[in-house]
Amino acid sequence: MKMDNDKDIIRLLADCSASGRVSYEKVRDLAVKTDIPLANLEKLAMEQGFVPLRYQRNIGTITAAEQQVLMNAKVAVIGCGGLGGNVLEQLARLGVGNILVWDYDSFEEHNLNRQLLSSLDLIGRSKVDAASQRVAAINPAINIIKLAVEFNRAAGHTILAGYQAVVDALDNIPDRLQLSSLCRDLQIPLVHGAVEGWVGQLTTQFPGENVIEKIYAKASNSEKRSISTPVFTPALVASLQVSEVIKLLLGRGELLRNRIMLVNLLDMDFDTVEIF
Amino acid sequence: MKVTVKLFAFLRKGRFKANILEFPEGTRVLQVLDALSITANERNIGILFVNGRHAHLDSILQDGDVLAIFPPVAGG
Repeated sequence: MKMDNDKDIIRLLADCSASGRVSYEKVRDLAVKTDIPLANLEKLAMEQGFVPLRYQRNIGTITAAEQQVLMNAKVAVIGCGGLGGNVLEQLARLGVGNILVWDYDSFEEHNLNRQLLSSLDLIGRSKVDAASQRVAAINPAINIIKLAVEFNRAAGHTILAGYQAVVDALDNIPDRLQLSSLCRDLQIPLVHGAVEGWVGQLTTQFPGENVIEKIYAKASNSEKRSISTPVFTPALVASLQVSEVIKLLLGRGELLRNRIMLVNLLDMDFDTVEIF
Repeated sequence: MKVTVKLFAFLRKGRFKANILEFPEGTRVLQVLDALSITANERNIGILFVNGRHAHLDSILQDGDVLAIFPPVAGG
């Protein structure tokens, strides 16, 4: 069935809805019938006041209008390991409509202790492939772009232009400094997170600021080293990063701007240090 | 003069989280680290902030300053 008239589609959506909610199954069937992408139908449904059931329990914490902002948002996740996998999972469940995930790496057995997207059957497989499959399995309305090459500034200049927020989920200082400088050039806010063992840190850097450079000033040449990290530290820091991303996108709440949060789970301490 | 020293992550091991310490006027950050037996290795990687501003080993401290030292964490 070819639909040219929004009114007809809205009528069909209304038929699908029960007390202001629409189920995935019904919208998917309508997408097949009308040849209109699922994401577009869900946006149209939201405009008419029908909330996809997937987002029902978001509404209240965020408004229906804010859910629509998330559905149209563009967020890039750089690194898809312990932090990135958790960040991606949460962005998909929140309904951030356009997500770019960037990681050249494949899963190895030693990732299983902490990386949410890793599993025995995916050892040797690309992390971003696993990421896009996971996102599609949770939320097929999300447009996910995957990039399976090493992070590099030159490529990032073109690729990251137009994104509203970038999540730093990298695993080494040189790349983090490159990403920070790139985001400054592109005028994109950067949500930084890092973990090691029982400790983690996060901060949100706006364009024109250089908190990341201040943190890593002395250690800019240090090589990537093998460290130990248990599952709970990246899961926690990733959650904190996602909450920063959502506040950035919605323009409300308090951000960790010009301060760094230092988390120590062994001492169970959360400190914030102001940085000027 | 009194300086508040805050230590983070492994720098706390065998030391403390936060402490107010007494030093003579003109004390530099390096001398505080010496007083706390912070090793050369710990010192070389430690990130130093005095009252939220990026500091150096030879920065001179003032009465009431808050010195925060934390290691660079970069894993993902």
